[in-house]
Amino acid sequence: MFAYIARRVLLMIPTLFLVSIISFIAIQLPPGDYLTSYVAGLRTMGENIEQESIDALRERYGLGEPIYVQYTKWMSGILLRGDWGQSMEWQKPVKELIGERILLTVILSLVSLLVSWFIAIPVGVYSATHQYSIPDYIMSIISFVGVGVPGFLLALIVMYFAQTQLNMNVGGLFSEKYINAPWSLDRVIDMAKHLWIPVLILAVEGTAGGIRTTRANLLDELNKPYVELARAKGLNEWKLIWKYPVRIALNPFFSTVGWSLASLISGATLISVVLSLQTTGPMQLRALTSQDMYLAGSFLLILSVLTVIGTLVSDILLAWVDPRIRLEK
Amino acid sequence: MADATLIKDQVESQALDDEIASGGEDVYVAPPWKLMWWRFRKHKMAMISAVILILAYLTAAFCEFVAPYDPDMPFIQYKYAPPTKIHIRDAEGRFRAPFVYQTTRGIDPVTAQPTYTEETTTRYTIQLFAEGPAYKLLGLIPAKTHLFGIPAAGEKQGVFVVGADRLGRDVFSRIAFGARLSLSLGLVGVLLSLVLGVLLGGISGYFGGWIDTAVQRTIEFIRTIPTIPLWMTLSAALPADWPVERVYFGITVILSLVGWTFMARVVRGRFLAMREEDFVLAARLNGARELRIIVRHMVPSFLSYIIAALTLAIPGMILAETGLSFLGLGLRPPAISWGVLLQEAMNLRSLVLSPWVLAPGLAVVISVLAFNFVGDGMRDAADPYSR
Repeated sequence: MFAYIARRVLLMIPTLFLVSIISFIAIQLPPGDYLTSYVAGLRTMGENIEQESIDALRERYGLGEPIYVQYTKWMSGILLRGDWGQSMEWQKPVKELIGERILLTVILSLVSLLVSWFIAIPVGVYSATHQYSIPDYIMSIISFVGVGVPGFLLALIVMYFAQTQLNMNVGGLFSEKYINAPWSLDRVIDMAKHLWIPVLILAVEGTAGGIRTTRANLLDELNKPYVELARAKGLNEWKLIWKYPVRIALNPFFSTVGWSLASLISGATLISVVLSLQTTGPMQLRALTSQDMYLAGSFLLILSVLTVIGTLVSDILLAWVDPRIRLEK
Repeated sequence: MADATLIKDQVESQALDDEIASGGEDVYVAPPWKLMWWRFRKHKMAMISAVILILAYLTAAFCEFVAPYDPDMPFIQYKYAPPTKIHIRDAEGRFRAPFVYQTTRGIDPVTAQPTYTEETTTRYTIQLFAEGPAYKLLGLIPAKTHLFGIPAAGEKQGVFVVGADRLGRDVFSRIAFGARLSLSLGLVGVLLSLVLGVLLGGISGYFGGWIDTAVQRTIEFIRTIPTIPLWMTLSAALPADWPVERVYFGITVILSLVGWTFMARVVRGRFLAMREEDFVLAARLNGARELRIIVRHMVPSFLSYIIAALTLAIPGMILAETGLSFLGLGLRPPAISWGVLLQEAMNLRSLVLSPWVLAPGLAVVISVLAFNFVGDGMRDAADPYSR
């Protein structure tokens, strides 16, 4: 088991390295030197910035030096000093801006993942065990539609109905008084009151996909001889289904957790822009449109690293549960 | 000749399905594409969806003809106008050809929002192939005929089948024009992914070994990065002063950078399975060169799988473009795509006053579902020799 974990962790290192390179390229992508355009922007707005601080920034990011020097400076800043760079637009260190937003994105994505499993697995199992029944057809149609309707469109529809029918504003994750408050039990409760709408919207797509996967995989398993044998031995049907074929049918489900996380974070980005949640989405969008690249690049880096870690954790859990994976060479 | 008519009769007969099931004689002589077609036809949703898609692409190709108005033309007197009601029964209860009443715009004294009331005294009949604004069909042939509309004299009254937006532009015309960019981007993006996917997936599956491992790791790596944040970052780097065509191409390339991984998986899987097949071995023993084996023997036998996978990949592309353009990072106005149109809905006032600005979303959902069904049908039909 330890050998397995060690190997997986080692394999993760090149992945993380590549992720950091891609984020760095993203920071470099906008044409021109962002510091120059930033200074030019400030000057047109009538503000003046001293030459010394420009030079200090230039030195800090290694601008004008070869690309690899810039990369090393940026990376070592993050790894050694926890310095993610400066947000040009907010005039604050990136670190101060992103912490809570990342946390909220993670909460939103993880809760949605759990909710989608919680719905998809029982429904999928029911659909498979009652193949071609009316509920099965209804579920199939719903899951098809769920895959076809993009989350942000759903968010818009929800927002429209909330606004016109219920006269309610569904935007945001906190009530006014908790937005800038420090974390407390009340704030968590307040968040939970707001969180369920985006969670449900975000979970729709995953649930729909999940139902289809569970159903298809379980249908494959149900025809296998071991199920027949268990049935012949007189095992209780309910126990039989849940104990053997379901466990195998759910395997691909858990082994692609990394991809589910990636797509949840993607979906969460779009939905939170629509519902103006205090997650990474709206801030990243704004950073990108104003070419505040250290902020935007940091979001890309952290979100990708989180999915990589999420995949690792799920792989380890999977190996722990399933000896076939653990012992595989 | 006798065989041909026999098969034709068979195609038309309902007994065909049983014929396939029982493995009748015609099934043995039918070429693969015919078997695929027979099987695809059995998938009803796929057939319906295929028809919908053909209509959608025709609309995209001939959007100037389908749209009754110029999509950028603001009708100031129709700001936030709801979908025009089309009647077939007049005030006296007589049935007539579809027509609309004259509507007058007023201002609600309480909410200060525009209201539209019908006056049952004046009727305008909707004509098929009505004359309207001039355009060039396919950019070549000058024409004035539109699929439907109210004759030009009726400038006093418009027909807005899905309403008008906050500037008074006809939403239906805009959806029809949006189809051109949104639907074609899906196709172009998928074809570009296919080139990359076949190349890398083919290499990976054919050679195996460390090349295979390297390509597979790359694919896994790309799939771990959350796509929307990545696409957002990349497309934000497209210069703001680029013309529409270049942005379009840029977005397509960005989407394909991730899209190829799905294609590569399918191609690799097929290659691996086929490498061991007897007919490949036979060709090799006959002294065929590697390239010939691939092009002449392997490609034809997995082409159908690729086409099915392609079809299933298009919805992802359409959704991605819609999402990006919706965020303002994809195609930008004055370009019209479904995502660009949905940006209207980001404006809460627009959304509340004219919920029909969400209609382009319906177009997205319908085409995505249709592609999914057609893709499913194709996948089932891809291997006509399996049971």
